[in-house]
Amino acid sequence: MDIGSVLEATILQFIGFNACYYAIAAIGLNVQFGYAGLLNFGQAAFMAAGAYGVGQTAMVFGISLWWGVLIGVGYSVLLGLLMGLPTLRLRADYLAIVTIAAAEIVRLVVRSVWARDSFGGTDGLKGFADAFQKVGRNLGLKPAGEYGFWIFTFSGRNLWILLVGWTLVAIFGTIVWLLMRSPWGRVLKAIREDEDAVRSLGKNVFSYKMQALILGGVIGSFAGMMFALGNANVQPDNYSRDLTFFVLTGLVLGGVAKVTGSIVGPMLFWAIYSFLDNLLRELIDKPVRIGDFTLIQSTDIGAVVYMVMGVLLVLLMVFRPQGLFGNRKEMAFDGR
Amino acid sequence: MDAETTPEADVVEVEVERPLSETARVAREALAGVAPEPGARKPDPILTAAGVRRTFGGITAVDVERVEVQRGSITALIGPNGAGKTTFFNLMTGFDTPNAGEWTFDGASMDGVQPHQMAKRGMVRTFQLTKSLTKLPVIENMKLGATDQVGEKWWNGLLPFRWRRQEREVEARADELLRRFKLDHMRDEYAGSLSGGQRKLLEMARALMTDPTLVMLDEPMAGVNPALKQSLNQHVKALRDEGMTVLFVEHDMDMVHDISDWVIVMAEGRVIAEGTPDDIASNTAVIDAYLGLHQGRSLFEEQP
Repeated sequence: MDIGSVLEATILQFIGFNACYYAIAAIGLNVQFGYAGLLNFGQAAFMAAGAYGVGQTAMVFGISLWWGVLIGVGYSVLLGLLMGLPTLRLRADYLAIVTIAAAEIVRLVVRSVWARDSFGGTDGLKGFADAFQKVGRNLGLKPAGEYGFWIFTFSGRNLWILLVGWTLVAIFGTIVWLLMRSPWGRVLKAIREDEDAVRSLGKNVFSYKMQALILGGVIGSFAGMMFALGNANVQPDNYSRDLTFFVLTGLVLGGVAKVTGSIVGPMLFWAIYSFLDNLLRELIDKPVRIGDFTLIQSTDIGAVVYMVMGVLLVLLMVFRPQGLFGNRKEMAFDGR
Repeated sequence: MDAETTPEADVVEVEVERPLSETARVAREALAGVAPEPGARKPDPILTAAGVRRTFGGITAVDVERVEVQRGSITALIGPNGAGKTTFFNLMTGFDTPNAGEWTFDGASMDGVQPHQMAKRGMVRTFQLTKSLTKLPVIENMKLGATDQVGEKWWNGLLPFRWRRQEREVEARADELLRRFKLDHMRDEYAGSLSGGQRKLLEMARALMTDPTLVMLDEPMAGVNPALKQSLNQHVKALRDEGMTVLFVEHDMDMVHDISDWVIVMAEGRVIAEGTPDDIASNTAVIDAYLGLHQGRSLFEEQP
């Protein structure tokens, strides 16, 4: 067994592509779920909005990639309005139902044959990321060159994606951190607890909830853009329910209503996932049998990893419900 | 520190007959000429309701022909359980919409006005079940109350230099109110660690952060220990002395008698009596509504 290679893969996943995209998405989800208390189960749809925004530029519209950023933001604002207008006046549970359904509707529409000309159907979209890589090349990063040290060695192409991605994490993390220390953030945290109290003090609760939903959605759309640019394609089935709930799991792991939690949580999520996956693959190179009964074989590993992740999440909820960085006191007073 | 166990800390003064304050005298003189009957017109009403009706299915919860609240007075709204007091409160503050009727605040019609617009116009309310935001520190609860904060726009929130000065002013005002309500020692604690009585005080103090002209208190005494009640009484009187109008729902008759200038009695959704506290204490319709016709006798005796 090669524990060194398991740890190496774990460390690389900690700072890798997935950790980066999920961190951006979780920063956005944290604005909605962590601070404003909005149960958004459709973050994948906001990510898809961003991804398709940049994806459509080359094959559908034939315009410069950079317009795609605007289009993606526009899609996510539109999506936020569509989801929020009918539901934000109601209790939080309704938003959860609508967002999870809306995310599925978005995915089914973009992968449909009917909308193939606009969204590429199940094949998705590609051929739009060259302009993005070109900027990296112009800055002196050779796509096939090797950069870095020790185990942190990346191709110029990958390094460029990671650099831009983690810069976005830093930018959005700072924005949310600043906002949540402002009076605006105070209103949001108050809404999370009691809408009527906030209303009686002269704040337009509906407007604040809409702002939170859209801001979180726009940040989420940037996660989708990076996802698309990193893979150099957009696949509709990448934006399914799993994505939403992995992002949510990462956020809960790190601790809701904390910017550090929303960033480190998804990083840890992917590190733990990679560690378990690689460890099991090292351990189980041939089927483990008891008599004629096959206990586990290498094709089961994917499912077993998710099971272990689930058990870990349950243990987290029991022993540390505030997550790694959350504030226990803030969680404690619920006996109203 | 827990106010329930150390009442001394919260008592402003013990109960003694004191001469009326100047504002109380003015309010009572203004109301002296008003006939003690339901729907009586007041010399200078700040709040009026006419023909306000609210039904839930087949049940008429509120059906008020006319109610006026005199500016600068403390008006009590009393009535047995289920009389429609809180529903009426919700209608007046925009938290509920009546099926019919119109009401004005400070001369302007309030039809279709949203709850959050009420506070900006100078009307603020508290809730029967105290709504202190338990996961925010006491001082943040207070600062939330201030209206027209620059930093409550998200684009300003990003730029601390735009709101920091105002935030300091708001904080100074909040600290002053916390001192007045004797909550300053809890300033940085989570509101969730306050006792029930302290939460009532916090909710009232937070409401004052909106700089209101009309304060609507929904059962300010519910669940408050006797020592703290005295202190609350003084706080409510102080509101009038500062020029505010107070309308409050209450079951505690001692408080009603002690501090109110005018009393409105509701039963089964209607206003059945109005008058000064002394008028009401001797009003037979009120006694019947509260105690039934069995007053002073066992429930098992025959009705006369």
